[in-house]
Formats: sequence, structure tokens, C-alpha cells
Amino acid sequence: MDKEFGMPIEILLVEDNPGDARLTQEAFKEGKITNNLHVVQDGVEALAFLRKEGAYQNMPRPDIVLLDLNLPKKDGREVLSEMKQDLVLKRIPVVILTTSKAEEDILKTYNLHANCYVTKPVELEEFLAVIKSIENFWLTFVKLPPK
Amino acid sequence: MDGKENVNSGPLRSGTVEILLVEDNPGDVRLTKEAFKECGHVFRLHVVDDGVKAMLFLRRQAPYAAAPTPHMVLLDLNLPKKDGKTVLAEIKKDKDLRRIPVIILTTSKAEEDILRTYDLHANCYLTKPVELEKFITMIRSLEEFWFSFVHILNEKE
Repeated sequence: MDKEFGMPIEILLVEDNPGDARLTQEAFKEGKITNNLHVVQDGVEALAFLRKEGAYQNMPRPDIVLLDLNLPKKDGREVLSEMKQDLVLKRIPVVILTTSKAEEDILKTYNLHANCYVTKPVELEEFLAVIKSIENFWLTFVKLPPK
Repeated sequence: MDGKENVNSGPLRSGTVEILLVEDNPGDVRLTKEAFKECGHVFRLHVVDDGVKAMLFLRRQAPYAAAPTPHMVLLDLNLPKKDGKTVLAEIKKDKDLRRIPVIILTTSKAEEDILRTYDLHANCYLTKPVELEKFITMIRSLEEFWFSFVHILNEKE
């Protein structure tokens, strides 16, 4: 696996709120696991990145995607649905990371095969604890799909 | 199941967490029980030792008519009667069951097992460390992430 060979883990963060994106970046920078965090701000860019289209031709395929739900142009539910119906992309774990606590969002995204659903706490320390837990579980213990 | 579900208003922080462990190796069952005992949440671990029983449990068919809907399934891959991949595929195709997080917990590090189970919509893939200490550390990380931060669905009583 990547981490055993010291290869950085490639993370795609799909987030339109610059404050949240920065916080997430900072939190992952401080982590123990070497990673590259790529940030895109809307759903159209996210799918272009994943499909290596246009400006994203030379980008690596992400090992894991952190996906906000309310996004410009194409929302997170659509991105998730397209990913999980795509024969190549469906195996990439998708962590929903959103402020929405709406039952229908939780139900719908699990039905669309989101790998898990996490809500963003408003408070800074709790937010950092969430990112730390993602790092500690997903980047440290989980076997991510090999490329 | 009637399909009526209840979403925790916040991530699950209190109450008993029901886990279905599908594991045929008694040593691994004991190890998993030990590891969960070290955790802060109250867990009820239901153990079945083959894939056929796992599906009966999840569908509440005899002798599991009174079984709760688990908050999570920990699924081994090499199982008697019906293997883990078949169980996973059946869960993820079933519109009542597919929302239950299925965590693969196996000794297999084979790339094809990892790829195949993600393709079948496993929620994540963990390999069992041999040493108890490492196993406990892993289960703690799982507990912290899934039961402190993740929103999980559970059926109305």
C-alpha cells in the first residue's frame, strides 16, 4: 500500500468555502501521514479533476475524496452519484463533509453509496478533531484501493 | 423491515451500539471482543460464523427474528457457506440494508480483495493486525471516527 512505501496519500477536497478549505489544509499539514491535499471549489471541477480533464490532465487520481454537499454548478449529491456509477471512480472512498444535518441528505447519500457521512462542527477545535480523526482512521488504518 | 428510519440528531454518542461481527475464527472473535471492551462506547457484539447466518440476522429471519438492525457490520471475507464478498454484494443491493456501514475486517491484503470489495461498495477495508496491541489501537480509531463523528442511520424501535 502507498503509505507503506512512503508515497503521499492524494486527497481531493471539494469545498467552496475558502475558510473551511484553509482549515482543512492546515489540519492535514500538521498530520503525521504524508499527503497532498488538492482543493476544487465546485462539482464540475471535481469531476474534471477525477477524470483528468482539461487543466487536470497531469493530476494524480485521488486516494480519497472529501466532498461537501452544497456546491456551485453541480452539487455534491450529483458528484457522488456520478462517481459511484462510474466503473473506474466508484471504488474511491468518498467522505461526505458538510454542515447539513438533514435526514434526507444522510439517507440519500448513503443510498448513493457514500462511504461515510460527517458533519462539520462550527467550532474550530471540534473541526480540527474531525479532520484529525479522518486522518487517524482513513489515512492510517484503512487500506485504500490500490491504483 | 418497514423502511422507516431514524437518523441520529447528532453522531452517535450515547446508547448501546449494536455491531454484527461476521467471523468464523474463534480466536479473532475473542480478539475483537477484547478490543471493543477497551472502548468508551457501550457495544453489543452479535457474532455469526458464516455468511448464510449473517444474511438471516440482517433480514431478521429465523432464528434471528428478534435481532436488532446493527449500526455496523464487521465482515470477514473468507467464510463458510457464503463468503464475505457475496454477503457484501447482497447487503449493498438490498434497498433496506445498503445504508448499514460494512467494514471489511480480514487478514487478506490481496489487492484484488481490496479492489473488489470497494467496487461492491464496502464502506472501508481494514486488515487485522496479528498483535493485540495494534488491533486495539485500530479498533479505537474505528470507534472514535465512526461513533463520535459519523452520522449513522438506525431503525426506529
